[in-house]
Amino acid sequence: MREYLEGSIAVARAVKLCRPGVISAYPITPQTHIVEELASLTASSQLKTEFINVESEHSAASVVLGSLAAGVRAYTASSSQGLLLMGEVLYNIAGLRLPLVLTCANRAVSAPLSIWNDHQDSEALRDSGVIQLYAENIQEVVDLHLFAYRLAEDPRILLPVMVCMDGFVLTHAYESVDLPEQDQVDEFLPPLELIEKLDPFKPLSMGIVADARFYMETRYAIQETMKECLVIMPELKKDFNKAFNRDIKIFIEEYYMEDAEKVLVTRGSVAGTVKDVVDEMRAEGQKVGMLKIISYRPFPAEAIYNALKDLYAVGVLDRAISLGSWGPMYTEIKALFHGKDKFPKISGFIGGLGQRDITRDNIRDMYDKLDWGEVPCEFINLNREFLIGARKYT
Amino acid sequence: MFVKITSKPGTTRGNETGSWRMGTKPKFLRKNCIGCGLCALICPEGVIDGKRKKTYYCDYNYCKGCGICAEECPKKDILMVEEEEII
Amino acid sequence: MEKHLLAPGHAMCAGCGQSIAARIVIDEAGPETIISNATGCLEVSTSLLPTSSWEVPWIHSLFENTAAVAAGIEAALKHTGKLDRVKVIAQAGDGGTADIGLQALSGMWERGHDVLYVCYDNSAYMNTGVQRSSLTPYCASTTTSPPGECSMGNPHREKDMIKIAAAHHIPYVATASVGFPRDLRRKVKKALDIKGPKYLQIFVPCPLGWRHETKYTYKIGRLVVETGLLPLVEYENGELASVRKIKEVKKVDEYLKLQRRFSHLFKGTEECRTELENIQSLADRNIEHYDLLLK
Repeated sequence: MREYLEGSIAVARAVKLCRPGVISAYPITPQTHIVEELASLTASSQLKTEFINVESEHSAASVVLGSLAAGVRAYTASSSQGLLLMGEVLYNIAGLRLPLVLTCANRAVSAPLSIWNDHQDSEALRDSGVIQLYAENIQEVVDLHLFAYRLAEDPRILLPVMVCMDGFVLTHAYESVDLPEQDQVDEFLPPLELIEKLDPFKPLSMGIVADARFYMETRYAIQETMKECLVIMPELKKDFNKAFNRDIKIFIEEYYMEDAEKVLVTRGSVAGTVKDVVDEMRAEGQKVGMLKIISYRPFPAEAIYNALKDLYAVGVLDRAISLGSWGPMYTEIKALFHGKDKFPKISGFIGGLGQRDITRDNIRDMYDKLDWGEVPCEFINLNREFLIGARKYT
Repeated sequence: MFVKITSKPGTTRGNETGSWRMGTKPKFLRKNCIGCGLCALICPEGVIDGKRKKTYYCDYNYCKGCGICAEECPKKDILMVEEEEII
Repeated sequence: MEKHLLAPGHAMCAGCGQSIAARIVIDEAGPETIISNATGCLEVSTSLLPTSSWEVPWIHSLFENTAAVAAGIEAALKHTGKLDRVKVIAQAGDGGTADIGLQALSGMWERGHDVLYVCYDNSAYMNTGVQRSSLTPYCASTTTSPPGECSMGNPHREKDMIKIAAAHHIPYVATASVGFPRDLRRKVKKALDIKGPKYLQIFVPCPLGWRHETKYTYKIGRLVVETGLLPLVEYENGELASVRKIKEVKKVDEYLKLQRRFSHLFKGTEECRTELENIQSLADRNIEHYDLLLK
């Protein structure tokens, strides 16, 4: 059914359709509207779940860990500091191979405190074994949540999946959204059946100590599973498309890439603005295109390589930075072309930190700069006035 | 891909920790035993058992030789003896 | 041989007090129990891949989240309608309880989860090599509170976890000691018959960390009660419900002398005498406060 909904409400409705038995969360802006809606759905018995208000994000993640270990589907959501506080537990959930689905309402990381949007928080969890999917708009957020449960719980995968949506830009914006019917979701997402769980009739010990004989293989297994995802996700996508009568994208989205010479690589909601600029520039006769990354972990290296390999120039727009290095996506995309005979010029741009605007003009500038030499890490739309008087030593 | 990250219950029974003993082991004299069961209750390994008085025994495959049973037996009916002594 | 729910072959030290208490707790709880176990001695020494000492479903997640994981398990059982049959126990050491795990524990109590939380108090971070915790007693020597020219060991009193627990108005809070195993067994049973959050703190001597002879684990577990240093108490719904009376009070010296973690107090100096008096007065105050003397 099509409804005009706030992003957070749409996520909550999608999660409700997935019937989690336990929900636990701790408030942090801009995640709050999601869990408030879930609390309200629970209070009015539209959702049959144990809704646990905890005293920290660390405990929120731990509560859902416990419920999943006992075989019950769970959900949590967080942002920024909250996600970082969950970080220790999220590594643990991945290591325990528990199929959590959580939402990251992407937000900058303190200090200085900023409640506004960028991707630094989810980037900090990049290496944790949590699958990361990034949404551009609210429809995509809804679809990716439905997809995430099926993916996480696939007995061949059993890894946590985090759906990332830009704070405010998506959590607090309104869009017309197509939410499926309950029976469609039930058909697509069967009840959770874990073979190994905490069950007095079939006791086992979980979370055990692995010494040097075994630890490395547990990490190898997750790495292999991430690779297997690249094969299994398209299968699940077929089921999704059939169940909901639409075609979702799961790895990347290509926009005017067929004959493009210059392409910006983006992730999240900024893709919408970039598409507008591409439309404008195309109308002017410029051969520009855009590549949007949806699945960041697993990293669909082959798909990205094939999409970019014949281009003249590529700009990678990171909304986070690995301080002391470069933009994280830039680094990975650059690495794809190492040692190849043919490769595009690749530049890295850092933009939109703490919700600094990325304007149409900024986007045009980036496309224009791709004609010049490569830059690894150029900050766009810096507030030059604020930088006057900054101390600098070299 | 999955590797084994869970353990089956009670599987440490394969570790015979009796090899930890440092020279002495408990000997159950079975003379004055009143069957109070304290030795079985407070054995850190849980490897002392007995059904009634003067039947208590210990599984030396696991006994680490801590000596608590001998120290606490209210009837002094358990003695720590040299490892070589045949019981 | 009786089959216990904590199997032998575990790697806890000879004479470990915690291994006695943990076995009594799980045997009393029975097979239809799920355990959430914090990081610590008990965890590492009972769960080295590919083995486990536990006969019941058991999970270890992290150091500080044991109570929250147990809360999640309880919520799952509630959701599936199994909570009336299956019991949930969370267990941790003193560091995992009174220090790093206190926040999650407070949350679990406050929300009223039907979980028995057991703290095995061996009064320091034994698993990492005997570092001081907030339940390390006054003057005890640990590797991070060593005695020296300007130190008489741990400079602080232990945190009063019992009163902190009772202040949450949970239905049942109690102390126990491996020196009183039948009392411990009774308290586990009583706790598990009560719905809601329960807290049981068990005194478990550690021969390695306290540097006492392995055979004295039980004796030290009795002396700590008989001196008044550890009152065996029960609180119900925030109110003191019972205390175990002491027949014949022992002096603290008798307790302290068995443990080399207090050996620096017996050098005969003025400072030593003062500190011994301070420790004696801690015991005396407990005796008075809880009216521990059998009259």
